[in-house]
Amino acid sequence: MRLEQQRSDWMATLALRRRRLSRGWYKFSRNSLSVIGLVVLGLIVLAAILAPYITPYPKHAKAYTNFRDAGKSPSLEHFFGTDRVGRDIFSRVIFGYRFSLMIGIVVLSLGVAPGVILGLIAGYHQGTWIESVIMRITDVFLAVPPLVLALAITAMLTPNLTNQMMAIALVWWPWYSRLVFALASSLRSKYFVREAELTGTSKVHIMFKEILPNCLAPVMTKMTLDMGIVILLGATLSFIGLGIQPPKPGLGTMVAEGAKRLPGEWWGTIFPALAIVVVILAFNLVGDGLRDVFSVEEV
Amino acid sequence: MLTFIGKRLFQSLFVLFGLSLLIFFIARVMPGDPARAALGFLATEEQVESMREEMHLNDPFHVQYYFWLRNLVRGDLGRSSYTHRPVTTDLIQYIPATFELILFATLISAIVGQVTGVLAGYFRNSWFDGLSRLVSYLGIATPSFVVAIFLLFIFSQVLKLAPGVGRLPIMMTPPRTITGFMIVDSLLAGQPDLALTALKHLILPAISLAVIHIAQEGRITRTSIVENMQKDYITIHKVHGIRTSRIMFKYLLKPSIIPTVTVMGLDFAFLMSNAFLVEIVYMWPGFSRYAVTAMLNKDLNAIVAVVLVIGLTFALVNLLVDIIIMGLDPTVRLRRGGG
Repeated sequence: MRLEQQRSDWMATLALRRRRLSRGWYKFSRNSLSVIGLVVLGLIVLAAILAPYITPYPKHAKAYTNFRDAGKSPSLEHFFGTDRVGRDIFSRVIFGYRFSLMIGIVVLSLGVAPGVILGLIAGYHQGTWIESVIMRITDVFLAVPPLVLALAITAMLTPNLTNQMMAIALVWWPWYSRLVFALASSLRSKYFVREAELTGTSKVHIMFKEILPNCLAPVMTKMTLDMGIVILLGATLSFIGLGIQPPKPGLGTMVAEGAKRLPGEWWGTIFPALAIVVVILAFNLVGDGLRDVFSVEEV
Repeated sequence: MLTFIGKRLFQSLFVLFGLSLLIFFIARVMPGDPARAALGFLATEEQVESMREEMHLNDPFHVQYYFWLRNLVRGDLGRSSYTHRPVTTDLIQYIPATFELILFATLISAIVGQVTGVLAGYFRNSWFDGLSRLVSYLGIATPSFVVAIFLLFIFSQVLKLAPGVGRLPIMMTPPRTITGFMIVDSLLAGQPDLALTALKHLILPAISLAVIHIAQEGRITRTSIVENMQKDYITIHKVHGIRTSRIMFKYLLKPSIIPTVTVMGLDFAFLMSNAFLVEIVYMWPGFSRYAVTAMLNKDLNAIVAVVLVIGLTFALVNLLVDIIIMGLDPTVRLRRGGG
């Protein structure tokens, strides 16, 4: 009897979850642009993961020279042409996506957690000195545009991929602490939080089990939208020369290298540049779709 | 109003103080020897040691910071290890070119952004609205160095409609520096043709910088227009037979200026960071290119100064935006401290 009860409860939960999921998908798919973005994004991720197996010239992703094929225009053999030392640009772009996605994932996983936790603490302690300290530190980090601060930090450390990701993460957490602060400080006066306080629940439990779950939808949506911006920032740092260093195929690095050979060998810079635009656009479209699903107004 | 401005000034000062502490801390804790970096590899060990003394590098962090802050108040930001000149001199030389560029870009984006926004909002769901939506999507997804390279490639290199990089052609002698603004200086020197050439060189970089902001400002204006279109006063105007263009640009544009100005403050931050990229692509001899050179050469004093200047500008612009909004919007004025 009890077992059956449990079983039917479980079935009901499952059905509810499935219904929620399909309703979410319905909302997401109403915007056809978001679906296109999702498909493109899926293809990019797949290509990036499988890069060593599917690219025509995987060796060209590293230091490699083949001057016989240098500076060739796009053809069936080399879809995007070749660069000044004869490397296949198409293969390098696919490998470049690996770095771009890695930067996005690493930066957000490093930056979001501290940002969310600090925002949560500050929001719950709104009006106390804890809030002032945390939020004023946040203000300091937001006092200059993220690109400038990230550039300055990488420049003062040694410019490479690791430091680039660290620098971007260091300038990225304040946005999340500000977002979660706003959410948490409005949630703390809600009845369910009041009730938990009255029954003597611990602060940690209230913050992480009562308030945090209600902040997750906007945070997730912001993360998807931020993936695009972080990738853009990473490409920008590499373009300036303070990120991924050659011969590694960073998309920004490739644009900078190719730009020296404009207008003659235009393919060396135009294709990597378009590749950057495509991936960022895909993330933005998916982020917009998610915003519709969670019906988050402002992120 | 004055109390509000005072409060904001105090906040900005506090934030800038924090920023200087942060950036100075990073500059000092990172590995490497600033004294060695300042003197170069040829300096002897004794010279480096005396430089360390002079730069207070042997003192604890707070003492170093104190001396640095004291010099900062006196307008001394140290010496650039790359140009071997005082950083302040460098800044004074390079800032006007960037200011010229940003000012021009702001003008373009404000005007074009407002006009497209009004048109897109008034003719909602038309082909023009669709086009402007597409451009704004692309604008957000396109790094400005890509915009700059594309425009340079298409308009200067392929179509040959615009001159190439730099502020003036290499063959031309720039006018004597008075204000630092190339166009103004040329006019002051009585050389209108030189001013025209300088203007031609300015157009493409300024558009590259403006494009993304045109897209965003256009969208914001559109949202506000769409909102206001449904209000009764617009219907009344229409019924009274007032010309469409007059409704659009007089009665609809006015209330939509407030949200646009609000985002302009934040937008300015992006304008400043995008100037870094546009200046590199167009070899524009401005502040941002100086900053990038400093960063690529690990020129610590210059990097710290650059970050502080940008922080200061950003704070001032935001304060200015707040004041303008108070002037424009009576409800804000009343809410924020009793007129």
